[in-house]
Amino acid sequence: MATLDASLRKDIQDGFPKYPTRQAVVLPALHRINERLGHVPREAVVELAELLDLAPAQVQDTLSFYSFFKQDRPQGRYRVWVCRSISCAARGGEELLEYLCKKLGIQPGETTADEQITLECAECLGACDQSPAILVNDTLHGNMTEEKVDELLKSWSCQ
Amino acid sequence: MPYEPVLLANIHKPNSHTLAVYESGGGYRGLRRALKEMSPDDVVERVKQSGLRGRGGAGFPAGVKWSFLPKDHPGPIYFCVNADESEPGTFVNRVQMETDPHQVLEGIMLSCYATRATTAYVYLRYEYPLCLKRMQAAIDECRAARLLGKNILGSGFSLDIVIHLGAAAYVCGEETGLIESIEGRRAWPRIKPPYPAVEGLFREPTVVNNVETLACVKHIVDRGAAWFRSMGTPPEPNDPLDPGSFGPKLFGLSGHVNRPGCYEAPLGITVRRLIEEFGGGVWKGRRAKAAVLGGLSTGVVTEAEFDTPLDFSAPGRVGCLGLGTGGVVVLDETYSMVDFLHNSCRFFAHESCGQCTPCREGTYWALQMIERIRAGRGRLIDLDLLLEIADSIGILPGTTICGLADGAAWPIKTAIRKFRGEFEEFIRRTNPSGYMETRPVETLVGGSRETASGFQSLISNS
Repeated sequence: MATLDASLRKDIQDGFPKYPTRQAVVLPALHRINERLGHVPREAVVELAELLDLAPAQVQDTLSFYSFFKQDRPQGRYRVWVCRSISCAARGGEELLEYLCKKLGIQPGETTADEQITLECAECLGACDQSPAILVNDTLHGNMTEEKVDELLKSWSCQ
Repeated sequence: MPYEPVLLANIHKPNSHTLAVYESGGGYRGLRRALKEMSPDDVVERVKQSGLRGRGGAGFPAGVKWSFLPKDHPGPIYFCVNADESEPGTFVNRVQMETDPHQVLEGIMLSCYATRATTAYVYLRYEYPLCLKRMQAAIDECRAARLLGKNILGSGFSLDIVIHLGAAAYVCGEETGLIESIEGRRAWPRIKPPYPAVEGLFREPTVVNNVETLACVKHIVDRGAAWFRSMGTPPEPNDPLDPGSFGPKLFGLSGHVNRPGCYEAPLGITVRRLIEEFGGGVWKGRRAKAAVLGGLSTGVVTEAEFDTPLDFSAPGRVGCLGLGTGGVVVLDETYSMVDFLHNSCRFFAHESCGQCTPCREGTYWALQMIERIRAGRGRLIDLDLLLEIADSIGILPGTTICGLADGAAWPIKTAIRKFRGEFEEFIRRTNPSGYMETRPVETLVGGSRETASGFQSLISNS
């Protein structure tokens, strides 16, 4: 069975008119695949290359530049980015990351055993006015404290 | 008389991100008038006269950049909006796109009209999901209102705006890295020349402008060049090359202040006034030790240098790289400059794209050294080695393709040169038996070689 199903293919093809070349569709397409599958498996790279009339190596070359895209296994349901750049670090961002590591029993870049949470260090999230900040999927959480982290984790485990 | 914000005038209105609210405050009136009454060259001329300089970091005069496009080009000409705001300590573009996306769009439309571009790509960083939502909704509203598309308002001018989402790589904010990323390749900055105005996106003439620069264009077209030049710092009389620093500027104030936030003031406000008048002073009743002047890349100023005006010229006089993005990060008297430098070196080592050896190796070895110093195994000679690296990487010494390495170098130079005593004291105190060592020492076991950009470990420490 194909890794990219018909609707995903259509989503990707809908982007074609936005760009004069097929190669320019690579990054938006990788985002579509990542949203849907939680990662970009190697089979998807081959299929995407075929769809865009490129060599798989061209797609892989671009993908591998962005450590954002993972290939081996899907990310957790919640991808938690903890900012560690200067404004957040000055206001407790590093300690917050340590707290999350301890609490979840994983290191940055790893996913919890129940596949719920992937922890990531982020470079400046551009939320310095509310540091320390974390980004969870599409939601920014500012002025974070250990208590607020606990509340978030609790709300996720209830779902 | 207190300064009345212009760029941030709308942000406190309820639903400020919608077309209805934007238009009720006079939005798109300038566009309508310009399409009727001004030729593209008139717009270029007005922006040139205003003295508007790019707000993204380099400070290049925007109108001059536009005039580098070839004349009478059959097209297409492409426009790229640099919304990949990733400089640590910088968040003003986020505030603009979240709270007033139409102001940015009107600036894009006017700038595309001026440069005869028919497609604009907004390169938006992944970390700004609310900006993505608001900007896309604003574009959709404009399409429905025929402010975007073919033959806008019957003027014959056509424009489409496409959002291109990044994937968490700092170097994509370098204008040719950004272009490579849109083209679907690794975001390796290009060797210049050719500059994008001659050969840029898809090998066609291209303009790349920052979000805040474009918002300024909107107000320059509305209010005129003289209004823009009525505020800021005039050119240095003794420097024929200084075009001056005119207009309003957004400053992102963060770190150890009571009221962090995005504030608007005329260019030339001092670091001290920004902290005192807008930020409510240093937090917890403490004193400031230092501040990142305008985004991490520009380096730091000491508390004694807080009377430096935030304009395009003054930061250079206190050893900083420039005004940068206007992101001021205050560090209080308890914060260790060793920690600061470690944080900075880690960032740049992580974000170096790996294309140029001096940057890839320089940022990596600088991080190895500061990690070792921080772990209590530093030597005084390491400070000179760090400075040697900092003085030899970047486009200013001429050893790299893009300015990322200059950005890595300036925090090293300014931190060590301005706080050498603190670094030396730390090294003596934490490494009493080895601080005078001059022979090579091992790096830390387990030292990491992590990168944002996927090139694999070349040197193993384990």
